[in-house]
Amino acid sequence: MIFYIPQDTTALALGSEAVARALQTAGIEPIRNGSRGLFWLEPLLEVETDKGRIAFGPVSAKDIPSIIDALESDPTSHDLYQGEVADIPYLKSQQRLTYARAGLGDPVCLDNYQTLNGFKGLANALQMTGQQIVDQVKDSGLRGRGGAAFPAGIKWQTVHDAGKSAAADKEPCQKYIVCNADEGDSGTFADRLVMESDPYQLIEGMIIAGLAVGATQGYIYLRSEYPVAHKLLNIAIDRAIEANFLGENIQGSGKTFHLEVRLGAGAYICGEETSLLESLEGKRGMVRAKPPLPAIEGLFGMPTVVNNVLTLAAISSILEQGAANYQNFGMGRSRGTLAIQLAGNIKRGGLIELAFGVTLREVVEDYGQGTYSGRPIRAIQVGGPLGAFMPESQWDTPMDYEAFAAIKAMIGHGGIVVFDDTVDMAAQARFAMEFCVVESCGKCTPCRIGSVRGVEVIDRIVANENRDNNLILLHELCDTMEFGSLCAMGGMTPYPVRSALAHFPQDFLLRDSLLQDAAGASLQDSLLQDSLLQDAAGSSSRDAAGAAQGEN
Amino acid sequence: MGISQSEQQSISDLVGQYKALPGGLLPLLHAIQADVGYVPDTAVPIIAKGLNLSRAEVHGVISFYHDFKTSPVGRHTVQICRAEACQSMGSRQLEAHAKQALAVDYGETTTDGAITLEPVYCLGNCACSPSVRINDDIFARVDADRFDQLISDLTSAEGVAK
Repeated sequence: MIFYIPQDTTALALGSEAVARALQTAGIEPIRNGSRGLFWLEPLLEVETDKGRIAFGPVSAKDIPSIIDALESDPTSHDLYQGEVADIPYLKSQQRLTYARAGLGDPVCLDNYQTLNGFKGLANALQMTGQQIVDQVKDSGLRGRGGAAFPAGIKWQTVHDAGKSAAADKEPCQKYIVCNADEGDSGTFADRLVMESDPYQLIEGMIIAGLAVGATQGYIYLRSEYPVAHKLLNIAIDRAIEANFLGENIQGSGKTFHLEVRLGAGAYICGEETSLLESLEGKRGMVRAKPPLPAIEGLFGMPTVVNNVLTLAAISSILEQGAANYQNFGMGRSRGTLAIQLAGNIKRGGLIELAFGVTLREVVEDYGQGTYSGRPIRAIQVGGPLGAFMPESQWDTPMDYEAFAAIKAMIGHGGIVVFDDTVDMAAQARFAMEFCVVESCGKCTPCRIGSVRGVEVIDRIVANENRDNNLILLHELCDTMEFGSLCAMGGMTPYPVRSALAHFPQDFLLRDSLLQDAAGASLQDSLLQDSLLQDAAGSSSRDAAGAAQGEN
Repeated sequence: MGISQSEQQSISDLVGQYKALPGGLLPLLHAIQADVGYVPDTAVPIIAKGLNLSRAEVHGVISFYHDFKTSPVGRHTVQICRAEACQSMGSRQLEAHAKQALAVDYGETTTDGAITLEPVYCLGNCACSPSVRINDDIFARVDADRFDQLISDLTSAEGVAK
């Protein structure tokens, strides 16, 4: 029997190290695999038996003796028995492309990766010209997975063509592949899971990108909040160099690609691509004005592909299985699969990879099984701290870039954060502005100053100071930020604020003191009319929230 | 704030090591911080000279990033996630509890010099919130009781080490 216990951040955070030690005490040396992303079952112990690969979870160290006993008699009798891993409905119903290998074995074992079809995409790419690779990516319909959903093939074509016309006889100019692994959005962990469960897939995608556009140097810009991913990526890169998948003359092809991990330093804004490039150059992470696009003048002023971890990881399977296979998944212009990250107040949180088009309700109700607290869901924030808060009336929207954009929401990086009915939406709107204060790079005024004023205005509204005028002011401030900011930080901070105002207006009104007097009631009426309140029931839950949470 | 001769020397050595690396300032600052515990003011001119930058540029980079500290911090850094997923699971109460239990605010160090408390915006552990990072270890589903337990484990481990 072979035992597997994950070494990814979430499993470790839930005590998988202690489980591993308990196994060792029992004389069993487990394989430290990556997580499958079924975080509600972590630590998930998997055992390869003659009857298949079965799972127990969530396991703690004290469960190990009884599991070992059960394995000798009847594993199905154990309370934590989950059946065959591949048959767990949460996993079985997914369409896994990017995460097909996640959790199967030791993530940094090169042999394991190759056994599971790893580096086959690279082998194909090495037989192709750069243009042929770029064409494959275009045909796949792959769009950038960082949030902006820009067609990857078009970006690559620009970098491929850059620096050509200038001087055909001169040395080809230095180009770069930069992987944006600064996954700062709350509620997202898809990049982390790739890096911790299947790092070679990302490395392979980056090598292929280098071959496609003629870049010989790659950087993974990783946030410093991911120490486990940092460790695993460095091990994987060292081993890939040793096996000649990285470096000079890759697999005897005459091609060169060097790869290095660079650590961020705790700045959310560095997830914005131009700010990331500044940071990689060793500067303050200040956003650059575009144009020039990074594809023309990127890192150190040279043509640069900047892609998200998931985009580059998808490249490996596109080159392995062909563009048409990838194109087969999805809806409309959103092709392939979406890595949905179900998080926050949710019973069964985790990574759900599905073709585009599943509705939010299906995700939170069927996969998530409702809130962790057991209370009703009230609001769902999709797409990170710059994404809109969605009320129940919008939960039937299919997860597709265009469908979300149509209702002023965004899928972004695919993170879903669920809130139960104790949430104070005025506090969440305030937090959105506060976060922008903390994380703004400071280059443009609407973002740097607007966010500070936003916090102040929301405080005044909540304190019932000149409310009507301040509400108008807040809307105007949101306009200024949305249309006047240089990047999405200031430009989209208004999304959560406005959605909170539009869908949960009662939260901006019902302060505890106001609840008591009649003046409050009439004020409430006037605001309710202004703000198109539909759901009067929300007010009673707000009372409970006020009592439970106090003021922040 | 004075630093020792040996710290001064190791900063100079690190500058020598990183000065040829393209865009090497962030890796250098991380290395100095790992070695000395923070980036002392006295390091700024050494870095500036080595990397052919102005002192203002070096200072600008150090002050831009939340990670870089310019004064000594506690022996352990405890970070509480303030981002939305953790808020939905009660991190606002957790941070209030932590500040009270440790008798410090964010950015401050306990009087015994053991723990510096910091906010962090997302540890990528959002399906099992609230999350806390202690040095390089991340912990999931941390409520007030679990927080107290983690802190007492930390201080008792220190006692053993002494």
